[in-house]
Amino acid sequence: MRTPTPTPPALPTQFAVQCRDLTKSFGTGANRVQALRGVDLEVATGELLMLVGPSGCGKTTLLSVLAGTLDSDGGTCRVFGEDVQGMRDGERTRWRARSIGFVFQAYNLIPTLSAAENVAIPCVLQGMPRRAAIERGKQALADVGLADRVDARPAQLSGGQQQRIAIARALVHEPRLVVCDEPTAALDHDNGKRVMDLLRNVAARADRALVVVTHDSRIFPFADRIAHMDDGRIVRIVDDPAASTAH
Amino acid sequence: MNVFALKMLVGDRLKYLGLVIGIAFASLLITQQASIFYGYSHRIGAWIRDTSQADLWVMDEQTEYTEDRKPLTDTTLQRVRSIDGVAWAVPMWKGYLRIRLADGTRVQARLVGIDDATLLGAPPQMVEGSLADLHRDRSVLIDVDSLADLRLRHGLPGEGPRAVKVGDHIDVNDHEAIVVGSFRRTAEFFWDPVLYTTYSRALTMAPPERRQLTFVLVKVKEGVAMADVQRAITAATGHAALTGAEFEATSEKYVLAKTGILVNFGITIVLGFVIGVLVAGQLLYNFVVENLRYYAAMKAMGATNGTLVRMVLIQVAVAAGLGFGIGLGGAAISGVAMAHGGLAFEMDWRIPLLGAAAILVVCVIAALISITRVFRLEPAVVFKG
Ligand SMILES: Nc1ncnc2c1ncn2[C@@H]1O[C@H](COP(=O)(O)OP(=O)(O)OP(=O)(O)O)[C@@H](O)[C@H]1O
Ligand SMILES: [Mg+2]
Repeated sequence: MRTPTPTPPALPTQFAVQCRDLTKSFGTGANRVQALRGVDLEVATGELLMLVGPSGCGKTTLLSVLAGTLDSDGGTCRVFGEDVQGMRDGERTRWRARSIGFVFQAYNLIPTLSAAENVAIPCVLQGMPRRAAIERGKQALADVGLADRVDARPAQLSGGQQQRIAIARALVHEPRLVVCDEPTAALDHDNGKRVMDLLRNVAARADRALVVVTHDSRIFPFADRIAHMDDGRIVRIVDDPAASTAH
Repeated sequence: MNVFALKMLVGDRLKYLGLVIGIAFASLLITQQASIFYGYSHRIGAWIRDTSQADLWVMDEQTEYTEDRKPLTDTTLQRVRSIDGVAWAVPMWKGYLRIRLADGTRVQARLVGIDDATLLGAPPQMVEGSLADLHRDRSVLIDVDSLADLRLRHGLPGEGPRAVKVGDHIDVNDHEAIVVGSFRRTAEFFWDPVLYTTYSRALTMAPPERRQLTFVLVKVKEGVAMADVQRAITAATGHAALTGAEFEATSEKYVLAKTGILVNFGITIVLGFVIGVLVAGQLLYNFVVENLRYYAAMKAMGATNGTLVRMVLIQVAVAAGLGFGIGLGGAAISGVAMAHGGLAFEMDWRIPLLGAAAILVVCVIAALISITRVFRLEPAVVFKG
């Protein structure tokens, strides 16, 4: 992004994310599901970490705890040194607005807003005047190669283009942590690769970390490290996926 | 986010139109039904409002409604006149009589006899002739709104059927009378034609009774408390002294209950109201639910609950406000357009107020119920949509 981040990090730290013994269960009694069973995870600043594993193993749950949209039952989670679980609700909402960029599998672009307006939302939520925010949105769209589609509605664009808008939206407010849940699941291989190219080359920065949940083994080479999850735990971390998956 | 909230609302033209039209129909249902009921029951007291010169109506305390004749002793008038605070008091006769028209057509009608000297208690608006014509011998005034009933069905020889007109001779309870003028009255709940004549002439036309005085109309002196005079009249005569509004209320209550209109019509209104309000609420609920994944995404991206509530309230205010306005306008237009068809449409100021409040409250509640679902951020909702 061209504009510098408005709130520089209070505590420069080597770790973007530090989780210790995170637990989380859903439901009670017979319906109780233990989604996280003591997760330890560290994500370094500047890193793109992929979170992979079978369906239902707890990837989305873990991502939600990191992003501060879900309370864990136990354990600690620090994001750039801040204790996310310890924050009060309003404080955490403001922290999310400032610090987290979200990329969703289903894009979640508002169909009645233009691309630029959609991208402007995180800035508006932080109190930026609408026009200024839309200008920022246009710049962010240019960064993802969609400068000529700023006025288009999501429905007028392809899935790949929509996900690129979503990436622009995730980056427009210069967050320090970007979380992506299955960003390529709804895309074909070429579009998936383009999206990952963007995440790798535009989103990834020395002062930012990316956590990408995926099933899609074709995009594994884009990761710096891959954390394999199973049944609520991290079972294996692969340090050099580009080398190990290269044919 | 306010502008974005509006764009979310109006961005999909078809959906927006559907929402507004739906609320408009719900509002139309509510306000129109209520206005018809109000207008219909308001007609019960129309004659009382038409007889507007009097402050108080003195009547037998068992009188149930305007057409309920329970006569008073003739001395009542003198007793009322002698009370402090009474500016004037005049007698009135009212009752049902049989009319025979010149060709032999027989009609039941209501005859009102008003004070000979002052003609106080006269109908509100003359059409033909003048009120003073009542001083002429055997004179009566006819009701132009009932000319369909006051019709010579066979017609006089060589004339064919026609309505009674000024100049005609008619027979009131076997007493000859001459129509000297006509008047217009406010549309009434009761349907029989009304004739006016003087009090003394009414007594000669009516069948002889020991008591004849139906009402005493009273004007209260300026600066005197109405309630004091009412109490004084009741104390002196033993009869009820009601203000026009009180007499109307009594009559309305009695007729609505006695005819079953309240129960029968009431159910329709209550159902219409409930259905209208629920439809409007349901529409807004659905609208918000359809956008829930976007609100959830916004909440994840750092929108506070307050921001989301404000967005939803803006959407409610615009959609419900516009829909209600259109519905209310539609109700008003239907009322005006069908007034000549006999629709008893009357929109009291409380009806739009109550309707708007009900629609708005239910829409706000419906929208809030649905938006609170994103307050608890379900990761599955947030990330999958
Ligand atoms: N709100 C919830 N209520 C009850 N159970 C839940 C809830 N959210 C998740 N779960 C359960 O927790 C477990 C982990 O869910 P999670 O969504 O984290 O899995 P996932 O690894 O993201 O799966 P997928 O690859 O299918 O997205 C699953 O068994 C799921 O059914
Ligand atoms: Mg998942």
